[in-house]
Amino acid sequence: MEKNILTIVVCGEVDHGKSTLLGRILCDTRSLPDGKWAELERVCRQMGRDIEPAYLLDQLEEERQEAMTIDTTQVFLKTRKRRYCLIDTPGHLEFIKNMMTGATQADAAVLIVDATVGVGEQTQRHARLLKMLGVDRFIVAVNKMDLAGFSKEKFEGVQKKVSGFLRRLGLKPVAMIPIAAKEGHNIFKLSDRMKWYRGPSMIKALDSLCGDVSGKRAPLRFPIQDVYKIGSDSIIVGRVESGSIKVGQRVIVYPCGQKTKISAIKVFNRKKTIAHTGDSIGLVLSCPGRVRGEVICSTVGKPTLNTSFDGHIFWFAQKPLKINGSLKLRCATQEVGCVLTRIHERMDSATREVLERGANEVGKNELARVTFRVRSPMVIENFDVMGSLGRFVLENDSAVCGFGIKR
Amino acid sequence: MNLIMRNDLSTADYLDDLESKSIFIIREAFASMRNIALLWSIGKDSTTMLWIARKAFFGHIPFPVMHIDTAFKFKEIYEFRDTFSRKWGLDLLISKNKEALKRSVSPGKGKFDCCTALKTDALKKTIEQYHFNALLLAIRRDEHGIRAKERCFSVRGADFGWNYKDQPTELWDLYRSRVADGEHIRVHPMLHWTELDIWKYIQREKIPIVDLYKARGGKRYRSIGCHTCCAPVDSKADTLRKIIAELETTRIAERSGRAQDKEDTYTMQKLRSLGYM
Repeated sequence: MEKNILTIVVCGEVDHGKSTLLGRILCDTRSLPDGKWAELERVCRQMGRDIEPAYLLDQLEEERQEAMTIDTTQVFLKTRKRRYCLIDTPGHLEFIKNMMTGATQADAAVLIVDATVGVGEQTQRHARLLKMLGVDRFIVAVNKMDLAGFSKEKFEGVQKKVSGFLRRLGLKPVAMIPIAAKEGHNIFKLSDRMKWYRGPSMIKALDSLCGDVSGKRAPLRFPIQDVYKIGSDSIIVGRVESGSIKVGQRVIVYPCGQKTKISAIKVFNRKKTIAHTGDSIGLVLSCPGRVRGEVICSTVGKPTLNTSFDGHIFWFAQKPLKINGSLKLRCATQEVGCVLTRIHERMDSATREVLERGANEVGKNELARVTFRVRSPMVIENFDVMGSLGRFVLENDSAVCGFGIKR
Repeated sequence: MNLIMRNDLSTADYLDDLESKSIFIIREAFASMRNIALLWSIGKDSTTMLWIARKAFFGHIPFPVMHIDTAFKFKEIYEFRDTFSRKWGLDLLISKNKEALKRSVSPGKGKFDCCTALKTDALKKTIEQYHFNALLLAIRRDEHGIRAKERCFSVRGADFGWNYKDQPTELWDLYRSRVADGEHIRVHPMLHWTELDIWKYIQREKIPIVDLYKARGGKRYRSIGCHTCCAPVDSKADTLRKIIAELETTRIAERSGRAQDKEDTYTMQKLRSLGYM
């Protein structure tokens, strides 16, 4: 099944041109309202600067003054092929949590590299984090080709380095495109300044990305969001995260293991006998007493229950994560107390170099392989098989301090 | 050559996706916060959100629906509000800054101060009075560049300030689920909709809408608020079908008729940092 709206995150080093690329895409696809470009020219003139398409995204006064994206932005685009949600992210390490806010929404990515600089520390960090999040469909944009004299040799030099680095990560881009975002070369149509380039334009490459989502035959997962008492009915609400659900189907509720049957699917003012992945629905079961956090599953392809599991985590809070420390772990609608029982190794998030094995704490912006013990059994699955039940966030006093996946 | 075709995609499935995501967000807000309210400006976006909230709760919205009444709204807005709050059985709550109106605060004496007193301060008082810990708001990312940077769940302090330089991390759809005393969460279930999506959905669902959006005498409103600060645009679109056809080709910005957006480049940023919607 093809997704109706493809969400693309743009990542890479600070100042390599992420916001400029998106601003240029909006302009060249005629997605801007009248007067927007003129307004941009006026603002840039007032600031004594050249026209800067990035300001279409960088709308905060501080972002323009400091010429740097601070927070993530989402804009919408429609091409002949499909609809897009394009996500701009900050490249600066200080704002990595804003970058992650954008990246966790993405189906695919554009990794941008300045042709005159090459792969930077954040380029590496972002690529690794995308890989961890399972975002493996992506395009590499080699930007600022105007400053590199539109040179084929320069492009090929960067291309070789980027390919090598991505290969070591096990990633293969669908296209690697030389662009000049500020002036719009190879964005909407191929530029006559780079006739040596034979690949697709940026827009064409976006349209060539595969937008498939997991099939209907996947096992059912329905995390309970809430239970509403309406009249004599007790309606269990939630979203189908995987598979599909039918009236009359036998299901198992986890973690209690209660077996039951779907008596009805409830949708306001409509009859529904089957629901698919992504549908927000209500269910009536033949057994009462359900609560938020339980997961309704099919009888085949059952999940395993865990009280202890290994995860890969990324920590971005100021205060380090300490061994034997208590945290709140959230996975789908489940919320449990957990203890970090072991830190197998902590790693540099840009180079993945092991900093320490058997560590006692994980520092800010570090990756780690760890073991958690949760207070009560929960449904947590392999991220590569069951995405939405294989990822989790870690919280301290309601603030998100890190996230992880089970592998 | 313009390769971008604006009306060649089927709409059925993608509108269902947008709706399902909004229902998910509304239900998350109610599940984790409970003492919430829905902000209804009677405009097309918040009326669509209200419609979706009715679906989320099977026709019985279990919390108040709040209208911030500046006393400067179009008379059509008041009529629509009273008719449909009765028809849909809403628990309608009207929030009005009577003290500021007594001081005769009005747009003529400064739009920034007027919006702050009659909208932001009115809301502040009502939240304090009812101890709401979350509000549902129908802002959309494509309305304004500042709104494009919002989170689905955005925490505000007791002073209402929006700390846009340090917004909380929001990963996947695991939204903020707790607030400290005095804080509340602005929940934004419609962020991912565009203006065109809203109209296509209104048409599909046959959602009633204030007549001001339909052209009369060659003019219509694209965005409505106070009659003092909204200007109509030239248009012949007097039916939903024509409005959609117009939006598929127009290059005029939706909020081009809204005064708040024009005072200076960063007015929206300043208004929002003080707690404006």
